Amino acid sequence: MGPALRLVVQRIALGLLLLFLVSILIFWGTLILPGDVAQAILGQSATPEALANLRDELGVNDPPLTRYFEWLGGVLTGDLGTALTNGKDIAESIGSRLENTLFLAFWAAVIAVPLAILLGLLAVRYRDRWPDKLISGVTLSTISIPEFLIGYVLMYFVGVKLGWAPTVSMIHDGMNLGQKLHSIALPVAVLTLVVLAHMMRMTRAAILNVMQSPYIETADLKGLTKFNIIWKHAFPNSISPVVNVVMLNLAYLVVGVVVVEVVFTYPGMGQYLVDHVSKRDLPVVQACGLIFAAVYITLNMIADVVSILSNPKLRHPK
Amino acid sequence: MKDQLDYLKVNAALGRISRREFFGRAAALGVTAVAANTMLAGAVRAAGPQKGGTIKVGIQGGGSGDSLDPALAANATMSQIVRMWGEPLVELADDGGLNGKVAESYSSSPDAKVWTFNIRPDITFSNGKTVTADDVLATIERHSGEDTKSGALGLLRGIKSMSAPDASTFVLELDAPNADLPYLMSDYHLMIQPNGGKDDPTACIGSGPYTLASADMGVRLVFEKNPNHWDSAIGHASTVELIIINDDTARVAALQSGQVHMVNRVPPRTAGLVGRAPNITIRSKSGPGHYVFIAHVDTAPFDNQDVMMALKYAMNREEMVEKILSGYGTVGNDTPINASYPLYTELEQRAYDPDKAAFHWKKSGQTDPVLLRTSDNAFPGAPDAAALFQQTCEAAGIPVEIKREPNDGYWSEVWNVQPFCTSYWGGRPTQDQMFTTAYLSTADWNDTRFKNEQFDQLLLAARAELDEAKRTQMYADMGSMVRDEGGLICPMFNDFIDGMSDEVAGFREGTPGFELMNFYAPIEMWVTA
Repeated sequence: MGPALRLVVQRIALGLLLLFLVSILIFWGTLILPGDVAQAILGQSATPEALANLRDELGVNDPPLTRYFEWLGGVLTGDLGTALTNGKDIAESIGSRLENTLFLAFWAAVIAVPLAILLGLLAVRYRDRWPDKLISGVTLSTISIPEFLIGYVLMYFVGVKLGWAPTVSMIHDGMNLGQKLHSIALPVAVLTLVVLAHMMRMTRAAILNVMQSPYIETADLKGLTKFNIIWKHAFPNSISPVVNVVMLNLAYLVVGVVVVEVVFTYPGMGQYLVDHVSKRDLPVVQACGLIFAAVYITLNMIADVVSILSNPKLRHPK
Repeated sequence: MKDQLDYLKVNAALGRISRREFFGRAAALGVTAVAANTMLAGAVRAAGPQKGGTIKVGIQGGGSGDSLDPALAANATMSQIVRMWGEPLVELADDGGLNGKVAESYSSSPDAKVWTFNIRPDITFSNGKTVTADDVLATIERHSGEDTKSGALGLLRGIKSMSAPDASTFVLELDAPNADLPYLMSDYHLMIQPNGGKDDPTACIGSGPYTLASADMGVRLVFEKNPNHWDSAIGHASTVELIIINDDTARVAALQSGQVHMVNRVPPRTAGLVGRAPNITIRSKSGPGHYVFIAHVDTAPFDNQDVMMALKYAMNREEMVEKILSGYGTVGNDTPINASYPLYTELEQRAYDPDKAAFHWKKSGQTDPVLLRTSDNAFPGAPDAAALFQQTCEAAGIPVEIKREPNDGYWSEVWNVQPFCTSYWGGRPTQDQMFTTAYLSTADWNDTRFKNEQFDQLLLAARAELDEAKRTQMYADMGSMVRDEGGLICPMFNDFIDGMSDEVAGFREGTPGFELMNFYAPIEMWVTA
């Protein structure tokens, strides 16, 4: 077994172990939340009889350890259980929500990743001149503003004043792709603005690092254009840190969009999670937590694997 | 010119020319935009409801965990949903009385113990089945059974027996007289379902003006007109779309950008600003809902009457209405009852008086600070209201300490558990229900621990009293008792604030019940376009 393969297998095994530990953490974490699910479902207007009846039916009286192993067994066989609040199958409800979240994340990534890398390359090309400063200045200010504020600002000016895009990003099965894209224009814009700076700065820094190397000077002396040098010689050697930061941001696009989804009323996982947290619907919160953790761990694992594989020393051992 | 204008008005109202065109042409005739708008509104009303179109409602309150079972309805969105497809026996009328829905009429025995409801003949559920007294019986049974989870269970205690002697008669016998029983039947949980919904409570089959076309809970629900509904005077739009938008700013933005025609719960702070837009009208109405500071009068130091009086006099009610509700509300008077109740008598208004507050505080001999618990969950702006109260108390020499509690678990850990906290009540349709729910000695939610034998006796006597003048007097006496001896400090009654676009018409002022014309706005209003 080559060192690269061994490292990859090690990474994946570590990822699985991490996921298992996270599952324990999620399960215990949700148990110590204050409040009572029956009370949260029935609201302030619940009678004690109704509360007792509901608690019995929900089975919240069993010991926690039994419930954890039942839950873990279910998860491993693809059964996430049923929601306490409406009795629906969680896997089924999450399916369409996850699809929506991935749809939003996908289009945000399609725009943000190439744009960030291109801006990073441009910033290196015009290093310390006004395009570099402009790009850094704008992206740094958009990452510094909280995303819900960017959301509200865009909503007011682009949605209400100009009327270019809907302020409520409702998508449903009856819409075609064009309508859906129009509907999610604002949240995609917000997400793009939020993740742009991180990836752009990392691209810029990684390439600048490589630009000090002697082979760049050689390429320069060969007479290649500046942009060609960056794109063909410097960029491939800085892929590893760039992929890392891209994956981190992709993970953010899936698991960190809770606020953006709520602001734009987008029917994704984030809003689903928020709805159920406020109702103390533990199985749903646990399932969402686990899925978010899995996405995060997987994407980071991919980043690790790519950096291992992009390292020639590891790919071609002596 | 008048003839020309009249011609234009009729055409605009009927949708033959667009609003924009009407304004343009009216301007050409020398009419100002404001006058033109007023003219058009008058013409629209005169032209009567228009059929067809889609009404979109941006509504707050729903979540993806919501159930379609009317028994579990507990928020604004679920209350709106059940109104679309279902109907209760009776419904609150604009004049404070009741309108027949599934029941055509009702009557009681002279002692108000046996109530008979006559079911409207020949009305059908949306599945085609005829509505019979057996369905009504099964519905009430499901909501009052031992193992029910229904939110209406509290209302339906004290039923001795029920029967359906024939297909169009439903008879309820009570343990004790209750003159308000028909009002209880207007509760939004009690939608009549085939076989009471015992087979499938979430099927959304009822006798209402709309039928459910698609449901994505907490996201979007679509309703289509029920062509067989018995009352052609309601249900004008052919489609009604409910879009759940819980974020306040997003909901208002959706109204402003024309994505929805109406929204509920416009935040009071921004309502004035939103209403300035030319195509949006803010509709506020007073209701029975109130924001409260509640103390357990059986727990020290609140068991000392002077402490309670000191706190009551230290409350600046006008300032609360102005600052917490931005003027969208009315001052409270330390009773849960206001003019929105049918048998209301105005009591002498208690006013902010730091001198009297200081006098009572000194007399009580208390020196320790009073601990007030609060959270955003209690009511919007509750922590600010608590801070205002702390200041007015300080002016009277009463030290108040504020403890900010987490939103999570506020209703199970703080409210009705801790001796002094902020909270809210949505109110009830009748005095009897409000007092029974929260001020009767034995009530589960007696959140002020108000225990007064005389009050309890009066409550039972009033319930059995069919003479309205006597009942009114009894409720006034009870109101005074709560006001002077209770643990309730009620600074304000909050208005329901809706936002409506001018693309829909037919709004009626002064409807009883909840927001959005007691949730009948999407059903009884129409698209003008």
